[in-house]
Amino acid sequence: MTRFLKRGYLALVLLFLYVPIVVLIIQSFNAGVSRAKWEGFSLKWYIDLFRSPAIMNALYITLTIALLSALIATVLGTLAAIGIHAMQRRPQGLMMTLTNIPMTMPDIVTGISLMLLFIFTQVPRGYVTMLLAHITFNIPYVILSVMPKLKQMNRFSYEAALDLGATPGYALRRVILPAVMPGVVTGALLSFTLSLDDFTISYFTTSPLVQNLSTLIYSEARKGIKPTMNALSALMFVSLLVLLLAVNRRVSRTNEN
Amino acid sequence: MNGRMAFPPWATALMLLALAAFVVLVVLSIRRNRGFRRTLFSFPYSLWIVVFTIIPLLLIGYYAFTDRMGQFTLDNFKTFWDSNFEMNKQLTQLGFDPAALGSARGTVNVDTLVYSLWMALACTLICLLIGYPAALFMADRNFRLGSTLVILFIIPMWMNFLLRTIAWMSLLEDNGLINTLLKALGLPKAQLMYNSQAVLLGMVYNYLPFMVFPIYNSLSKQDRRLTEASMDLGANPALTFLKVTMPLSLPGVVSGITMVFMPSVTTFFIPRVLGGGNTEMFGDLIERTFLSADNWNVGSALSLIMMVLILLSLSLLRKVDPEGEGGSMI
Repeated sequence: MTRFLKRGYLALVLLFLYVPIVVLIIQSFNAGVSRAKWEGFSLKWYIDLFRSPAIMNALYITLTIALLSALIATVLGTLAAIGIHAMQRRPQGLMMTLTNIPMTMPDIVTGISLMLLFIFTQVPRGYVTMLLAHITFNIPYVILSVMPKLKQMNRFSYEAALDLGATPGYALRRVILPAVMPGVVTGALLSFTLSLDDFTISYFTTSPLVQNLSTLIYSEARKGIKPTMNALSALMFVSLLVLLLAVNRRVSRTNEN
Repeated sequence: MNGRMAFPPWATALMLLALAAFVVLVVLSIRRNRGFRRTLFSFPYSLWIVVFTIIPLLLIGYYAFTDRMGQFTLDNFKTFWDSNFEMNKQLTQLGFDPAALGSARGTVNVDTLVYSLWMALACTLICLLIGYPAALFMADRNFRLGSTLVILFIIPMWMNFLLRTIAWMSLLEDNGLINTLLKALGLPKAQLMYNSQAVLLGMVYNYLPFMVFPIYNSLSKQDRRLTEASMDLGANPALTFLKVTMPLSLPGVVSGITMVFMPSVTTFFIPRVLGGGNTEMFGDLIERTFLSADNWNVGSALSLIMMVLILLSLSLLRKVDPEGEGGSMI
């Protein structure tokens, strides 16, 4: 009996989480524009989607920014983690505190402070500034994924490699990198998805001419969202699901090690 | 607008000085380190932090403590306390008595902050009440599906947060699904949108997974022998839960509270979609002050107040949970 109650409770909570998503996906197959009335099954919105230059452009911007920011943040973050790990106690503490700042700052403050920076330095806001902002909020997550792997590593193997005649660059490539690779990949995937989902920081660091999907949705929200957006998000949801399953597999595998 | 051009040279000098001091500090402190050459790998990142985190924060600080002409002032904080402050000041300068004209203290900003704190508190409490039992049931070792179900809590978060919130609109609005259902059952229509409850629902919906995760993590890591020992020693399940399971899960609860409370104070967008006229929250206020009212100085002061509040509550929570348990959120 209690078992039944427990499962019923979990089912209810999950229902609460999934109802809006299911509604959204169903709407994307609705022939009519109305949000409440079902007017028959149609793939019309999915076809419209690929014909809409605004949405396709936003998709392109979202995906390239996510890829580039994940790539750059992963390189910078991994190098940073290796450097911070080699530091002595006090500078290490300082660097970790500084790394935590962007993670505890509300998104809106991060976004606004970066907007102030770009206006102050007279860099016109657009693609590049959005990319810089995304890299900024991604790096800490990469560092925090790589750091535990570095701590698990045998601290003498790097020095042993040097003693055996490896150059620091060679030792980095052949000794440190393979050991921290799972953390690097997790950090990269995390960065990619965080960048994909970001709205607030993008909103403040781009111009109305360069829109990613989130800012496009925001600007359309007042006029009413077209079902094409629902179609796109249904498509993206499915692709993210596949990506998520990959991440999760990796995470559970690294947790076992 | 012209206030922005009046960025004085001393402020630029101050920032360059901060940058130089930081670099010197880092270099000095790593000087006598065996791993010195390896610490150089973090140099690009150090520079990145200075340019994209520290300087932007200093800019917020700069605007918060200056007026439009770049002069030092505390007026922006006074405007937080009294939103009519600037107007009354001008009235006084023109020789009027604001009190006589019936221009009282404007409480919009403080009220919005208090409202946001209440909403965040309510959201955190509801998330805890819904999330704790859910985490507890999933962490049950006799429940094989548990670890799979946890993943089901993550998946919704990967759909665009704006669209998820908008999807609630089609459920709640006057001709929405819930009202259509009520009508079909012959029940009267309910006003579900444009009030605080709708905003609260949207917040709980968005932040619930952040509460479930850390609690689930700390519960599933618990040594089951402890509960077995408690039962062997004669405690019933309820007492075991109260005296063993629950106290051990407190670190997870604390990080859950942190992860829900922080973002919900600055909730942005949800009140605009689901809320009505009186449901503006602090995040929206900051955005409006910056972009619509174009007042960077007051906007920066509001951001600064927000950050201080968050740092204060963080340090309070850190005291309860020094290890930062369950901070990993994937």
